[in-house]
Formats: sequence, structure tokens, C-alpha cells
Amino acid sequence: MTDSNTLVDLRHARKSFGDTEVLKDISLTVEKGEVLAIIGPSGGGKSTLLRCCTLLETLDGGSLSFGDSVVCSDNAGRAVYGDKASLARARTHFGLVFQNFNLFPHYTVMKNLIDAPVTVQKMPKEEAEAKARVLLGKMGLEGKEGMVPCELSGGQQQRVAIARALMLDPDVLFFDEPTSALDPELTKGVLRVIRDLAEENMTMVIVTHEMKFARDVADHVIFMDGGVIVEQGLARDVIDNPQHERTRAFLYNEE
Amino acid sequence: MDLVTLLNDFGATFLGLDGKLTFVMLLTRMGGGLIVTFQVFFITLIGSLPLGVLIALGRMSKIKPLAWLMRLYISFMRGTPLMLQLMAIYFIPYYLFGIKLSFLDIGPIDLGPIHIEISWVMTACCIGFILNYAAYFAEIYRGGIQSIPKGQYEAAEVLGYSSGQTFMKIVLPQVIKRILPAMGNEVITLVKDTSLAFVLALAEMFTVVKQIVASEVSMVPFVLAALVYWGMTMLAEFALSRIEKHYAYYHD
Repeated sequence: MTDSNTLVDLRHARKSFGDTEVLKDISLTVEKGEVLAIIGPSGGGKSTLLRCCTLLETLDGGSLSFGDSVVCSDNAGRAVYGDKASLARARTHFGLVFQNFNLFPHYTVMKNLIDAPVTVQKMPKEEAEAKARVLLGKMGLEGKEGMVPCELSGGQQQRVAIARALMLDPDVLFFDEPTSALDPELTKGVLRVIRDLAEENMTMVIVTHEMKFARDVADHVIFMDGGVIVEQGLARDVIDNPQHERTRAFLYNEE
Repeated sequence: MDLVTLLNDFGATFLGLDGKLTFVMLLTRMGGGLIVTFQVFFITLIGSLPLGVLIALGRMSKIKPLAWLMRLYISFMRGTPLMLQLMAIYFIPYYLFGIKLSFLDIGPIDLGPIHIEISWVMTACCIGFILNYAAYFAEIYRGGIQSIPKGQYEAAEVLGYSSGQTFMKIVLPQVIKRILPAMGNEVITLVKDTSLAFVLALAEMFTVVKQIVASEVSMVPFVLAALVYWGMTMLAEFALSRIEKHYAYYHD
């Protein structure tokens, strides 16, 4: 049984694109306050897993729930999704930070942050703006409220995107290779922000290629390849002392 | 010397306008036609800009029969002469339904200060232009909508926007910026296409000018008409560049 501290509960997830099986029976849970890093080679299913968890793709089989909010349940091997309203409710449990930010280019930084809370959650505008200012301060983006995304560096844009996701008070925040579009200098600033969130016990699932970061910040690490979880465990164990040949080959090549 | 005499003397000296048609008479009659041209132009835009969005959405719909129907519509509207379409719409009520065309004239209706009188010629012209231009606009919208990265939809979806909110707040404003140059082409073409209404003898500027040319045996009205059309397209260019500047605060 799921205890009340389990925020994400994914069981026996299966997903195919055509004849290619991308996820083969993946199960994982994320506890409150946990930081989970998902590593592995490109094409190993990491992004698909994240996209299925954030409802951007649908599972073929398996079950997924966020706390007591059920997204889909398994019925004889087939994933059966809830209705529109229950999926909308499930979406309020998580936020997603994309590899290429996906800020709204025609909105200012402030509007990017407050538009969803005001439009979707009917939060009063003043309240949303006050909240946005606090978050922008935490992201080191004071004074950028009136700028549009194209006036910001990639690192600043990604931090705006993180703030935008946090505006909706998600239980868990998913990151899809948040620094892959950034140069090393800009990467630092974004990783620092994620590190700060980890220290505040924000629950996070991070697909990343930054091994040192994963080892330092994540509690648990999952190594995925070929659509399966090859190895998982405490971050330092998996990254410093991998048990499986494939994990070792991957991490060794990374050095 | 008053303005009228001045203008008429100018017309007589430099344009060879003498006898029955003075320069002021020519300008007055062209001005009357110009008002009708403006009406057709603006009514067409007001009708076809939103209709184009609906056709584009239908064309991209997952409901296959609707998508095919819209495809057929766009193909037909772009594939047959606009002049022919205008004539068809004007005569269809009579030939298909046996309705006397004068029966379709609206008015005169007096609503206090508002006096409504719309001829069937005017209505048919506007319907024709709207249906035709909406097809062209639809394809421009479709190009614009399909150029918006998938990530914008995904970001909106994760943030909880409904699909209607996503389209109106996230997609459409970005589409407008992207399609402005292509829309500019169509709007400028429309300025000149209003002259096609002469086939129905709608008293817009070109119809008026043709009549004057025929009765006065002078090419001067044609020259003036060319200048007026050019002037109108320049106004359209100016308006479009203002709108482009309005959207220049960001790029993506």
C-alpha cells in the first residue's frame, strides 16, 4: 500500500511507439522531500518516462497516481485514464521544467509567472504578483519582471521557467534535462537554484546528464537504458560504485 | 477665385477636361465610388479575418470529414476566378430558388437616426469577397499555427490551460506576429480586388471610373483611379507597419 508520503507512484509502466518498446515495465515511487535523478544514455527512455509522468504522453499499460489523485489504473495490462476533470486535478500536483524552457515569448517575465495562476486558478492578480516577486528574488531575477524572454540569457530564462512552475505550488517538480540547452557558465546558475530547492526539501525528479550534480543533490538515482531500469539506489552508490556493466560503461564514458 | 474654379481650371489646362465633365464633377463622382470601395474593403476584412480562423481550425481538425470539406472549400475558392464567384453569388438566389433579386434589397429601414438601405448587389459582393478571402486567410493562419513550437502547447497544458485558453492566449497572439507579412500581401491585394465588383455594376470607384471613361472618351479617370488605388495601398502598408512595430517588442 502507498503511504501518505508517496507523492508519485508509477507501476509497471509500458509504452511503445509503433513497434519500438520505449518503456518496459517501469515502476518507481517518489517520496515527499526526495530528489530523484534519472540518468542514462539518449534513447534509453528517460524523456518518455518523464513525459508519461507529466501526462504529455499516455502510457499503454500500468498505473500512475500522485498522492490520492489517480491518473490511470491498470486494467488487465492496459492503462485506463481518468476523465478530463480528474486529469486536470492530477496536473495540479506537479510542475514541469523543459529542456528548452518553453516560456511564452510574447509575455513579460511577470506575465509568464502570473498568467496561469490568474487564468487557471483564479488567484487574485495582486496576490500572484507578490508571490511572483518573492520567487523571482529567490531565482536571482530581481528587476527582470518587465522584460520579455528574448531579452534574457538562457540561464535566466530557465530560472524564470522554474519560477513559473513553482507559482502553482506543485507537490513535485519534474525537470527534463534542464541544463542541456545551456553552456557551462549558465548551467551553474540553474543548478544552484535546483540545489537551493533541494535544501528546502522540494520534491523533484530530474532527468540529467550532469553526473556530479546528480550525485551531490539527488537522494536516489535511476539508471535507465533500453527502456528498463538497469540499476537504482542511493545516488552515491550508483554513481560512485555502479554494480552493472552497462551503468559502468555509461558512467566511464562520461568521465 | 474659389477652389472649385481653381480645380476645374487645373483639369481643363493639364488634363484636357473640358465640356460637360469638369474636374470637380469627376472628383465628386469618384469620391462617391471610393466610399463604396471602402465599405467593401472593411466589411470584407471584418468578415473574413475571423471566418479564416474557423476555416483554418476546421482544415486542421481531427474530424476527417470536416478537414476534407474545408480542404475542398479552400481549393475551390482559390481555384476559381473571384469574378466568377461574385457573379455566381449574385445570381444563385434567382437561378436556384427563383427569388426575384430586387426582393433581396434591404430597406429602406428607418431606426430613428439610423437609416438602413443595402442593395443585394452590395450584399452579394461582400459575401463573395468574404468567402473568397477567408480561404486565403485560412491557409495563412494554418501556416502560422503550425509554425508555433509544440513546446508552447505542452507548457500551457502542464500549467493547466484549457485548449481554448491555450489557443486564444498563447498561440493566436504569436501567430498574428508571424503571419503579418503574408497578411499584408492579401490586404493590399484586397484593396485592388474591390474593383472586381464592377462585374455586378456595384457603384464602387472602378465601376464609376469605367462609366466616366466610356461616356467622356477620356483616359484621365483611369490615371486618377490608379493613383487613388496606389494611395490606398500605401495607407494599408503604413497601417501594417504600425501593427508590425506593435509586435516588435519580442522575437522568438
